[in-house]
Amino acid sequence: MKFLKIATIIVLGSLVLSACSDLGVKPWERDVLARQEMQLIHDPVEAGLDDHIYFSKEASSGGRGFGGGGCGCN
Amino acid sequence: MQLISRKQGSTSIRKIKKIAPALAAASCSLLSVASSDVLARGEAGTWDFEVASLFYSEADDRVMAAEPVFSATKTFEDGEVLNLKAVFDTLTGASPNGATPSAAPQTFTKPSGNGTYDIAAGDAPIDDTFQDTRVALSASWLAPINRDWEYNAAFYGSKEYDYLSIGTSGGFKRYLNNKNTALNFGLSFSFDNIEPEGDIAKPLAKMGFDDASFDVSRDGSSDSKTIIDALFGVTQVINRNTIMQFNYSVSLSDGYLTDPFKILSVIDDTTGGNFVEGGNNVYLYEARPDSRMKHSLYWQTKYALSNGDVIDGSYRFMLDDWGINSHTFDFRYRWQLGSSYLEPHLRYYIQSEADFYKPYITETEYLAGNLQEATADYRLGDLDGMTVGLKYGHKLDNDTEFNMRVEYYLQTSSGDDGFGLLKDQDLYPDTKALIFQVGYSF
Repeated sequence: MKFLKIATIIVLGSLVLSACSDLGVKPWERDVLARQEMQLIHDPVEAGLDDHIYFSKEASSGGRGFGGGGCGCN
Repeated sequence: MQLISRKQGSTSIRKIKKIAPALAAASCSLLSVASSDVLARGEAGTWDFEVASLFYSEADDRVMAAEPVFSATKTFEDGEVLNLKAVFDTLTGASPNGATPSAAPQTFTKPSGNGTYDIAAGDAPIDDTFQDTRVALSASWLAPINRDWEYNAAFYGSKEYDYLSIGTSGGFKRYLNNKNTALNFGLSFSFDNIEPEGDIAKPLAKMGFDDASFDVSRDGSSDSKTIIDALFGVTQVINRNTIMQFNYSVSLSDGYLTDPFKILSVIDDTTGGNFVEGGNNVYLYEARPDSRMKHSLYWQTKYALSNGDVIDGSYRFMLDDWGINSHTFDFRYRWQLGSSYLEPHLRYYIQSEADFYKPYITETEYLAGNLQEATADYRLGDLDGMTVGLKYGHKLDNDTEFNMRVEYYLQTSSGDDGFGLLKDQDLYPDTKALIFQVGYSF
């Protein structure tokens, strides 16, 4: 049941986002979004290090990207 | 006139040809695939480098890690992006072994079977025999297929003394609505193999205190697991200042998911002290299920203020078939100060315990022999994590940046407080860690 709920949220969320033609900008309005600090992962090295720390200390991983395999982190 | 005009025209075309890939890379990186950490920073045809070093130190003589990283990214003329990364990891210190503290001194056999280590009465049982170095190498590739499609592929491998992990991933991105919307699809496959010193322990086997009984508790020299991840994401440009991402991912792990170094204490039903058999305390090696399916929902939004500051917020919900669910809130505020910036960071994490998490096993449960799975690893128990940090960065020019950050991470656990003598012990000590990182990109 939980899986069904999640699937419904995803499908609805995707439809809402992709169907909203009012959202978005013209190609010449991308100046702010093109800034390095506006990238979703603006510091990939730091993000990778953080993922490794929290993968080692908590029961959750991934979400932003793949959880993947890892290490024998103790 | 014609000659001049043609010359001017060809110069303009050359300029456009030079700018086009850079623009393409910039717009591609806007909607960067979540499954890949490739990021186009520089101009087409150039390499961008980043070196960073992380120092991680836990209080009470627990884990210490130093982790240098080297990352090189090349953006090609046609918009392809190649990233190569190497991470080196040196770990020393001590880690909780899973046993409860006790009113009496405790002795444990080392995971290798070579000797024992002692823990004083009332102290948290930590195994200080672990020390490891890890090398992780990865390569990722991102390339446009046409105006609307893009693909990415990545390879990963890491090796420790007793652990090997290799993996590959790939995915596609479909742009819609003038590239204001991107749909991401990705798959990842990983294979991990563990070959611990002293071999693998049998599930819930009793810790042996001599060579013969230690050998009885062993079950082969190595074991492995596979992990398959699938990710579906939508990235949406909301307006000129706002971008949003929404991901769903599912992960299936299959194989040996147990931590061979973790144990559980068996507690005497009457006293609440350690249960003794044959003159020794009884400790059992932990056992986890051999498969795990996780579902994650992830949402992130970035918003640029008119003064140049950037707000970055994200939330992740995770649930799995081990009975764990977790919530992760992450918030950063980038405060632009000319060519420098300050970035306060707050992260809050909360998780519920796994169905088979037990801080200890009672004498009755042990003697009944019905337990199939059990772990006392606090990382699978009820816990909260709070991170508070501050990052400082200074741009020397467009492509060069120096940065450093300091963060404090506090983990607090909670659960059953036990009975009898156990009630006097701190079964859920906090984990406190200091994180320091310096980085330079050029």
